[in-house]
Amino acid sequence: MTSVLYDVPGPRAILRNRILGVVTVVVVLALVGFVMYRFWVTGQFTAEKWYAFTFTRIWEQFGLATLRTLAAFGVAAVGALVLGFVLAIGRLSDHAWVRTPVMGVTEVFRAIPVLVLMILLYYGLPVIGIKMTSYWAVVIALVVYNGAVLAEVVRAGVESLPRGQREAGFAIGLRKSGVMRLILLPQAIRAMMPVIIAQLVVTLKDTALGFIITYPELLYFAKLLGSNAPLGSPLIPAALVAGTIYVALCLALSYAAYVVERRLRSSPKVGAVAGGEAGVVVGLTEAAPTTATETIAARRALSRFKRDAGGS
Amino acid sequence: MNQLTEYPGVWAQALLGTLILFFAGGAIALVLGIIVGAMRVSPIPVARAVGAVYVNWIRNTPLTLVMFFFAFCVPLLMPGRADWLVLAIWALGIYTATYVAETIRSGINTVPVGQAEAARALGLTFGQVMTLVVMPQAARSVIPPMMSVFIALLKNTTVAAGFSVVNLGNIRAEMSENGENQLVTILWVMAAFVLMVFLLAWLQRMLENKWRIAR
Repeated sequence: MTSVLYDVPGPRAILRNRILGVVTVVVVLALVGFVMYRFWVTGQFTAEKWYAFTFTRIWEQFGLATLRTLAAFGVAAVGALVLGFVLAIGRLSDHAWVRTPVMGVTEVFRAIPVLVLMILLYYGLPVIGIKMTSYWAVVIALVVYNGAVLAEVVRAGVESLPRGQREAGFAIGLRKSGVMRLILLPQAIRAMMPVIIAQLVVTLKDTALGFIITYPELLYFAKLLGSNAPLGSPLIPAALVAGTIYVALCLALSYAAYVVERRLRSSPKVGAVAGGEAGVVVGLTEAAPTTATETIAARRALSRFKRDAGGS
Repeated sequence: MNQLTEYPGVWAQALLGTLILFFAGGAIALVLGIIVGAMRVSPIPVARAVGAVYVNWIRNTPLTLVMFFFAFCVPLLMPGRADWLVLAIWALGIYTATYVAETIRSGINTVPVGQAEAARALGLTFGQVMTLVVMPQAARSVIPPMMSVFIALLKNTTVAAGFSVVNLGNIRAEMSENGENQLVTILWVMAAFVLMVFLLAWLQRMLENKWRIAR
């Protein structure tokens, strides 16, 4: 295998790579071994520490806590998608009096940390008489923040479509709303699907911030169980179990993102696009999940929205 | 304005806490991220696998949980007492490093293989291929997304507020003990973040324009 960084290895390189491989294994084993040793020394592997997990009730509670996490995520995800489309359409408006304020709102909400938004809703607003439960504080903060981020994503998708799409829409007699609804948005959504799903993973992870404003989600329950002295204060086992559940949930969602991304990438046309515009025309003859326009849009817009843009 | 002028010390301390978390966490993230990113693109299968496991596990764990583990679990595991601030910095660094590693990896992947092959065909050594051909091109496509990672890191510093580290995220509690209006405090915190993030975003745009790839 050849890459930008190295050529097909010769005999000396193969030997060197093997040695480096062994060194990596030794270093990683030493690190893992040290962690395991500390776990063992501090008695994390003793039966008492895991005693709590022999009760069905504890697992039921874990299940309920996971459901509360998913309840916040589900509503927040739907709300963020709706808000994202509304803001994106507003920002693409022809009227400056719509476009400018929407742009300002989007930029500001993207700049405020989600936790600060949650604190504003939960601790700040009661000062002026608006009270809400921690659940709604979590959900509304997530909707506002992720809605603003998704608006940017959708807008980038629409703007990266070739201009001819809009013009052709008008040429066949569609109105502005028709062009947006029937021509631009469907293509933009498909092009930006990987980024949209990645942002939903971020939303799922951010529900854990609810722990800080006392929303009784998964992490909150782990802390509660971990400080339960009669059960032997199994804080570390509880954190490990909660962590496993989070990783499983996020991996399931990330896997969806990966599948969508791979379908987009492995589509013969995407490979062809890299070779120039002529490739797109060739690709059109093959039956593939995306159209050439979407491929161009994806290539243009995805580079602006690397799915590694962060998030908590 | 009252709160800023009446408690300048409190605000300065909070801002300092946020900046320490940002810069120290960023430094750890950068060093660790470069190491892991290098592992992810290395010719050694074991190193690639270790890098992939680290990135995929940590990136799918909420930062709150990573910090939870560092704040509550690490003190139980390790002898001696560690400072909350130090623990939070490590949590932020280890979490953000995964994003840094992925940014570096995708940046290197944007350089066409032909570039390196042509350089090798010219007889350049590995060091020359890296410094003269691959890195200058990769750096251009790494810098804008890297700035996005650091903007996210700045916003993520507030998570430390949930774990008794003084920063802009929990100045509200202190102000409310002083009998001040919490809403006003939070609005000031929001303004501070908008200002800092816009500053970083401006820097990002400037760097992007300066190092735009001319094709």
